[in-house]
Amino acid sequence: MIESLLQHLDTLLLYVFAACALVGAVLMLVLRQPMRVAMALISTMVFLGGIYGLLGVHFIAAFQVLIYVGAVMVFMVYVIMLLEIRESAGMARYSALVVPGVVATALFVGALGYGVWHGYPALIRAAAGTRFGIHQFSISFLTEYWLHFELTSVLLVAAVVAALAVIKVSRRAHG
Amino acid sequence: MDKIQVLLALSVALFAVGLLGVVIRRNMLVMLMCMELMLNGVNLSLVTFSHQLGSTVGAVLVFLIFVVATAEIAIAIPIVLMLVRQKHTLDLNAFTSLKG
Repeated sequence: MIESLLQHLDTLLLYVFAACALVGAVLMLVLRQPMRVAMALISTMVFLGGIYGLLGVHFIAAFQVLIYVGAVMVFMVYVIMLLEIRESAGMARYSALVVPGVVATALFVGALGYGVWHGYPALIRAAAGTRFGIHQFSISFLTEYWLHFELTSVLLVAAVVAALAVIKVSRRAHG
Repeated sequence: MDKIQVLLALSVALFAVGLLGVVIRRNMLVMLMCMELMLNGVNLSLVTFSHQLGSTVGAVLVFLIFVVATAEIAIAIPIVLMLVRQKHTLDLNAFTSLKG
């Protein structure tokens, strides 16, 4: 009993992590305060990192935690604390688009869920789920995809310049 | 339903919940976070396919998405800060003048 459980432990953990990630995502829709929403999103991201680790792509799991939770979400939490604007209790949580939004999302999930449920192309089914480490990843990243890698630095510089420009415009507007 | 199907279904669910959040929530910061959730859902499907096919293409794309997500947040947050400084609220309905 315990031996068979241990054999399937990674699959079991995968399902548990998947369920927890989904619960965190749904909580994001329900919770009112932005800080709680941010905490729910952080938990979802950490569970996704756990799923990546169980799939054997450890470096993506590490970067998920480092970049998403460590950088992006800390920035987000910092801004929430900086703004410190509390929603008044009377304010509606949802916009007027609730009903069309829910209907459209249900249709979207139905279409994509139909695709997932009815299987995927034989090419993917036939593949054995081979593991690759950071070794193969870095070699193909810096030989085949070096141009994309370099272009990301251009993108980041553009983002920094844009952020500075936004701050400058706001300073000029406020004197 | 095997493991890959479960992961793909989770990816669809995360993307759909994020999309729903962007459409129905009124708080701007919450909408930004829901966008991050959509990116996470896409990342999960890319990692799943990459793992299943044993190819590094998906993982490379996930890295590029990390960079794009970081750049997106770095620009979106100053814009939100500016808008909030003008209207003193995070409610989306206060910004209908942006429609033009």
